Amino acid sequence: MRPFQYDRARTLTDAVQITQGEDAMAIAGGTNLLDLMKLQVETPGKLADINRVGLGEIADTDGGGLRIGALATNTATAVHPRVRADYPVLSRAILAGATQQLRNKATTGGNLCQRTRCYYFMNIDQPCNKREPGSGCGALDGIAKLHAVLGASGECIATYPGDMAVALSALDASVEITGSDGMERTIPVRDFHCLPGDTPWRDNVLEPGEIITAVTLPAPVGGTQLYRKVRERSSYAFALVSVAAIVEMQDGVFTRADLSFGGLAHKPWHDPRIAQALVGNAPSAQLFDRAADILLEEAQGHGENDFKIPLARRTLHAVLEQASENAA
Amino acid sequence: MSVHFKQDEPDTSNRLDDMKQGVIGAPLPRVEGMAKVTGTAPYAAEYPVENCAEGVLVTSTITRGEVTRIDKDSVLSMPGVIAVIDDERLITRPAQGTANEAPQQKPKSVSYWGQPIALVVAETFEQARDAAKHLKVEYREDEGAPLSPDAVEPEEQEGETVHQGDLAHAMAQAAHSVDVTFTTKGHSSAAMEPHAAIAQWDGECLTVHASLQMLNYNITELADAVGLAESKVRLISRFVGGGFGSKLGISEDVVSASLAAMQLGRPVRVVLSRQQVLQCIMRRSETTQRFRLAADENGRLTGFGHEALVSNLPGESFAEPVLQSSHFLYAGQNRELMLKLARIHRMTAGSVRAPGEAVGMPALEGAMDVLARKIGIDPVELRLRNIPEDNPEEGLPFSSHKLAECLRQGAEAFGWDPGPRKPRHTREGEWWVGTGMASAARVHNVGEARARVTLKADGTALVETDMTDIGTGTYTILAQIAGEMLGLDPDKVLVELGDTRHPRGSGSGGSWGAASTGSAVYVACTALREELARRAGIAEDELDLSNGRTQTGQTLTDLLGGKDMAREGHYEPGDIAADFTASGFGAFFAQVRVNRFTGETRVDRMLGAFGFGRVLNHKTARSQCIGGITWSIGAALTEALEFDPRDGHLVNCDLAEYHVPVNRDVPDLEVLMVEERDPAASPIQAKGIGELGMCGGAAAIGNAIFDASGARIFDYPMTPDRVLATMPVD
Amino acid sequence: MAETISINGTAHPIPDDPRITLLDFLRHDLRLTGTKKGCDHGQCGACTVIVNGMRINSCLTLAAMHEGDEVTTIEGLGTPDAPSPMQRAFLENDGYQCGYCTPGQICSATAMLGEIANGWPSDASETLDGPIEATGDEIRERMSGNLCRCGAYANIVAAIRGVAAEEGA
Repeated sequence: MRPFQYDRARTLTDAVQITQGEDAMAIAGGTNLLDLMKLQVETPGKLADINRVGLGEIADTDGGGLRIGALATNTATAVHPRVRADYPVLSRAILAGATQQLRNKATTGGNLCQRTRCYYFMNIDQPCNKREPGSGCGALDGIAKLHAVLGASGECIATYPGDMAVALSALDASVEITGSDGMERTIPVRDFHCLPGDTPWRDNVLEPGEIITAVTLPAPVGGTQLYRKVRERSSYAFALVSVAAIVEMQDGVFTRADLSFGGLAHKPWHDPRIAQALVGNAPSAQLFDRAADILLEEAQGHGENDFKIPLARRTLHAVLEQASENAA
Repeated sequence: MSVHFKQDEPDTSNRLDDMKQGVIGAPLPRVEGMAKVTGTAPYAAEYPVENCAEGVLVTSTITRGEVTRIDKDSVLSMPGVIAVIDDERLITRPAQGTANEAPQQKPKSVSYWGQPIALVVAETFEQARDAAKHLKVEYREDEGAPLSPDAVEPEEQEGETVHQGDLAHAMAQAAHSVDVTFTTKGHSSAAMEPHAAIAQWDGECLTVHASLQMLNYNITELADAVGLAESKVRLISRFVGGGFGSKLGISEDVVSASLAAMQLGRPVRVVLSRQQVLQCIMRRSETTQRFRLAADENGRLTGFGHEALVSNLPGESFAEPVLQSSHFLYAGQNRELMLKLARIHRMTAGSVRAPGEAVGMPALEGAMDVLARKIGIDPVELRLRNIPEDNPEEGLPFSSHKLAECLRQGAEAFGWDPGPRKPRHTREGEWWVGTGMASAARVHNVGEARARVTLKADGTALVETDMTDIGTGTYTILAQIAGEMLGLDPDKVLVELGDTRHPRGSGSGGSWGAASTGSAVYVACTALREELARRAGIAEDELDLSNGRTQTGQTLTDLLGGKDMAREGHYEPGDIAADFTASGFGAFFAQVRVNRFTGETRVDRMLGAFGFGRVLNHKTARSQCIGGITWSIGAALTEALEFDPRDGHLVNCDLAEYHVPVNRDVPDLEVLMVEERDPAASPIQAKGIGELGMCGGAAAIGNAIFDASGARIFDYPMTPDRVLATMPVD
Repeated sequence: MAETISINGTAHPIPDDPRITLLDFLRHDLRLTGTKKGCDHGQCGACTVIVNGMRINSCLTLAAMHEGDEVTTIEGLGTPDAPSPMQRAFLENDGYQCGYCTPGQICSATAMLGEIANGWPSDASETLDGPIEATGDEIRERMSGNLCRCGAYANIVAAIRGVAAEEGA
């Protein structure tokens, strides 16, 4: 860990002020940032501890939705009565991630900003365009088991590793952001993370000095909500593939099918064409295959991760089968 | 007074059974347990040492070549930095088990990515860790180092080769035959305590608190590495946070801390980071194993072939002994066994729990399952039909052999369905459910050991040896052996381990610690009993000392007459090793479920039945077994080292991506310990326990995956991608 | 007044170097070495301590971030003379072997029973709103953040179930 100046922010204005400047970063739970700082993947010169700026609240919104403060811990969110009752896919996704110890520290904002687990990104003695632009992508011809099959580029095939954001994407939640000038903006979670393209160092749309203040969930949509995570251990492992699903049926046909996918891309993957294909149709293996065809239309393996393509198809089948049974 | 005992003959007297104290074998809680559960047991890095500087290793970023320059000035001006140690005596690899000499030194010569090349020492850990990342190093890289076992012509390990009869002919004539090739990926010991050392130098003597398994060998290795007489070196390892082979020999932390302390004249602590533990200690080699099994119409083996390819760095003598139990487990007159070693530039390969059988047995037992299915007989029955009378290669008798009992009792306790059955017979929702079994075998090892037992004038006893307890239960079983022999409750026996000032034990490795050092304690106690018997005027073989009193009413303290009485037991394995084949045997049974969509596998339940001679403590022995079975689950489903194809570096060098099993991966486990006394195994009739539990267990799971899902997978671990690629489509 | 952290009921000043993790602060500065460093990256759970009632990985948090917090370590749960019920249960069930992951397991298990009592669901829970019982499956999932390489899991679960039964969880 490089030496850094540590400041404790007491208010949001404080926090935004302290995190100005090239090498300043905000720290909340610290579960990802300190991990990376020890490896010197992250080397902030200034660290703003924002834990005490009062963004931990989880509160109802006027429109019947729920506003989850950026500093609400993953645990606080997952066990919140309204999340359990109205947004079970979010509880399930959080509970499928990490461990209780980590969830007790990890925060909403930090989790959205979680960086990739690509082996080459995390090893500063290996090439990585995300960590060191222009150094090359170590994973491309290396070990790429964890890596992306959708939306990758020749510069970077890393995946976004989180679970919570996959559920937030399915729920079509929004991210509230405050900038250095006090300007606030809100963007859909589905647009928060970036694809690597030729700017792989950019994980998301946050501009320097911007801080996430909350995530807002729309009014409850009900339906059957599932989070399915496939991993190499039965717990405490990152997703090979995950699916967040919100499904409703009426008279034997899908009336809602909001699906997002983890483990496949540099961002939680959401393709609105999948819902279009499913809605109005009765569940069948052929229909599920059609949905998978849409999802995987552009899928591209890199050898070691080729299996993710059939695995995504089969996991989608499993989820749709279960969801349609539950919803029927 | 030292008493020497060399075992040349089987000992069927079973003396421990004659004793009346009734503590041998009892399921006592560990004597050091309270210290462990309250966090008061000190591990290597935790000794309070004043003015201790902190060292962090710097490792190579090339695969093969020379360090041409280390720019020490690049870090010496950083806050707190004291020195950069690049002494030629630094070791670049850990020592192999029982090496008894320094491993590869000369750190400027690089032979694998991640090799230690220097140590940065600073006032605080935070300063040293940062500075180590900033040290500027220049290299001359020697391109083209072979990195994959199939990139080179491998060397045949001639001592392992067996050509007996005509296997090709047997295969051609066989009523049933299989010719299959299995692979296993590399494993890491991944002990929970990272390798750590605190070295202190007083100008003459070097004292090192370290986390090591075999101090008796480690002291020689360290003395050789730093160029000191052994008498000037003291090693202390009272608590070791897991070893599993990775701490058999001295490691880079021990030597670098020692050299730094000697150079700086102040204590230095070096703790490897988790990444360094994975990258520069031992890996278990990956293996490729071909089996040719020929059987007659009744399933009796007529031919047995096992050829294996493993790898290691140039200059290493160790070759994963994959064939170890294949030499004797099953019959078959026509035999071909061969082990080949590829010299490649991945990190050092060495011992990881149960070297050899840990990967050889899962492959062999997978092949046996294929054969059983082909013949159409119960896989338990196939094994029962092929238990040889004597070692099929050397003709030696077995010292004792409980495979049949383990197979039968295990099958009964598990509720084994002998079939016939076809795969995919049971589905529960999304999950295919099936069962599988496998034999267990692990050669029994013993080593020379010394221990001193002192009867204190107050009627308590003290056991001293530099033997270690790496979680195996040594503290407790030595107290039980001494207690049984001397008529003492084990809480009256103080056991002091892990200090080279004590008589030299065997160390912990190859599951030999209990049988070897336990025998040294037994020999010492026998000598004490002889003297007590003389004083009491009773023949030694009739002397009953239970509860501190002879049968004639004399108390132990009376017999001691206010003075301590000490004997040093010196046990040495004798000619007996050449007269018998000694092995632990057992059987595994597993029920698994395989997800029909995702290929995920979960172990529902698992049972191990084992025969390993006398059980010294049923609680700790069972714990060793469940530990081994847990490793079997890891080997079957989750554990795999991944190496970069271009520079050979270990890619998944942390515990997030090297997947040791988590609690949820392990169901309730059942262990049957089949009663046995092995007269040739050791004077206490005990054999090794710690490794047997993972010697074949992965195959019970792999075979169950086939029974459940129809996926016959020849590659361990059987991760979801591999299951999916093999599982028949619904 | 200097900023302090309360460790097992005693206030300690926050260290000067902000890089010092809570784990290194405990182990090095305070010599409370019961809390173990197994990976230093939140991947093993050996460093688990209880902060303001919640179990966390002390390796992934800076000491400086805990001004005013109440930290309980293994030393604060019980002593050899007065062990906690969980410590006693691990001893009796042989819920450990080498002992290195053990303090983290025990801190984790102690806090976990509180989470179950709160009715917090886990990945293993059938429903999100039902009552939670300390079943084997629940315990195994909830304890999966604490690796044990010796493979004592089956005994760890037995130890915890015993305590849960006694406490009526």
